[in-house]
Amino acid sequence: MSLARRRLGDRAAAAVGLLALLCLLLALAAVFVQLLLDGGARLGLDFIVSMASRDPARAGVLPALVGSALVLLVTALAAVPVGIGAAVYLQEYAPDNRLTDLIEVNIANLAAVPSVLFGLLSLSLLVHGLALGESILAAGLTLAMLVLPLVVVATREALRQVPVGVREASYALGASRWQTVWRHVLPAATPGVLTGVILGLSRAIGETAPLLALGALGFVAFLPPPMLVVEPPFVDGRWLSDPFITLPLQIYDWLLRPDPAFRANAAAAGLLLAGFTLLVNAAAIGLRWRSRNPTRQR
Amino acid sequence: MSSDRTGPDLKARAQGLGFHYGPVRALKGVDLPVVANEVTCLIGPSGCGKSTLLRCFNRLHDLYPGHRYEGSIQLQPDGVDLLAPGFDPVMARLRIGMVFQAPNPFPSSVFENIAFGLRVAGEKRPLALAERVETALREAALWDEVKDRLDAPALSLSGGQQQRLCIARALATQPEMLLFDEPTSALDPAGTAHIEALITELKQRTTILLVTHNLQQAGRVSRFAAFMYRGEVVEYGETERLFTRPARTRTENFITGRFG
Repeated sequence: MSLARRRLGDRAAAAVGLLALLCLLLALAAVFVQLLLDGGARLGLDFIVSMASRDPARAGVLPALVGSALVLLVTALAAVPVGIGAAVYLQEYAPDNRLTDLIEVNIANLAAVPSVLFGLLSLSLLVHGLALGESILAAGLTLAMLVLPLVVVATREALRQVPVGVREASYALGASRWQTVWRHVLPAATPGVLTGVILGLSRAIGETAPLLALGALGFVAFLPPPMLVVEPPFVDGRWLSDPFITLPLQIYDWLLRPDPAFRANAAAAGLLLAGFTLLVNAAAIGLRWRSRNPTRQR
Repeated sequence: MSSDRTGPDLKARAQGLGFHYGPVRALKGVDLPVVANEVTCLIGPSGCGKSTLLRCFNRLHDLYPGHRYEGSIQLQPDGVDLLAPGFDPVMARLRIGMVFQAPNPFPSSVFENIAFGLRVAGEKRPLALAERVETALREAALWDEVKDRLDAPALSLSGGQQQRLCIARALATQPEMLLFDEPTSALDPAGTAHIEALITELKQRTTILLVTHNLQQAGRVSRFAAFMYRGEVVEYGETERLFTRPARTRTENFITGRFG
């Protein structure tokens, strides 16, 4: 093939790639512009600090924002230690045999299970079986199950990427497996682990179906009780058993209402949700950059 | 040590040493004396089993499934057999340090790289730790270059400095013996000269077993050498004698560059 033709092929490939990228950006921009047009006017401080209301002009997202944050907190507290622990066991401790392979394949499959099924599972297991009710705790644990496979797979991958030299150096000094994993392997894998955790959590933020399945409320005009109190022991766990609403549920609820004025509210809440996700992703990128740059001075 | 022996004191001795990775037989019937406070060099073509032999001394093969040892490695002065069933590999690693082919500092600070081994060995007092970190860095001729940035990430050092840091890390616990696995193969000539000078100096304090691809290096730093081929020690002797008057044709062919 002549040099000129090869160059042409090069340019064509670049053009096709650029076109694909533009399509993607255009779709993203269209979503944002539409949301801004529909809900931009509603988005203000009032909207953020107001409770639910029958009047679309007075309704706000405060309960949904607080609910999303609390549910996410429970999800993170449950999914991160369990996910990292499972990944460390599978990668560093488990014998290399059929059973381990089988478990690994099943964890990967779990990540592909439709999220509504997790909702059905927790409806029978958590809400009724363990009698947690339609609570923040039940919702957080449901989302934790959803996120767990992502955390496990990402953490395993990150652990696998740690250079074998680091492990051998540690063992050669007489370190135990736990000392090696805890002091050297896990810290070296932190950027990858963080990526998995954040990706999982940002998926959890947007989930609607499993929470609907376990019976979340559509209209919440109150906030859960505070976590910290003035009397000893200063922490209060009652918020865990409170009913809740989250941002995506609020959007869904507003879209179902006959009054079209609620559509603007839904769009405004959509902007908030998108902003929330962007913020979490930005935090992830920042954390990764900080821990990936080995020459950074502390 | 025993006075009836005419030869030099031995630090370690491998006898009838065999090693298998699963079905692969990597070492067979290896006999190797390691003379105390001297540098012993392992030379031979790629894949001859030099590194495999080296890694038997600190039982590093135990990290991977499918390993099997035969024979014995006696470590003096107590004469313990490092390969005996029931012998804890960690005991071998606490007494015998290792420096690897490519610098492999931990992704933490200069100080923490060296303090880790001391902590593993049970040292917890901060003052004693700081003192021994400094001593190790001085012994590895790195102190003057890093004394103002002990908290800097180890990975911010140059390749040669990283390798000296790895030597300091191995020295910190005052090992009775040091294993070097081609320690200069990833370094430039200046870094190599630095490490070689260090090895020559270190033999006063410890016993060194060195794998190298570089025959000039073997000639410069070692007193004894073993030529290996296909998992066996073909010839062992004083390096100078081995290089000038090899007893075996295969050794001669290797040294004169006819193969390998």
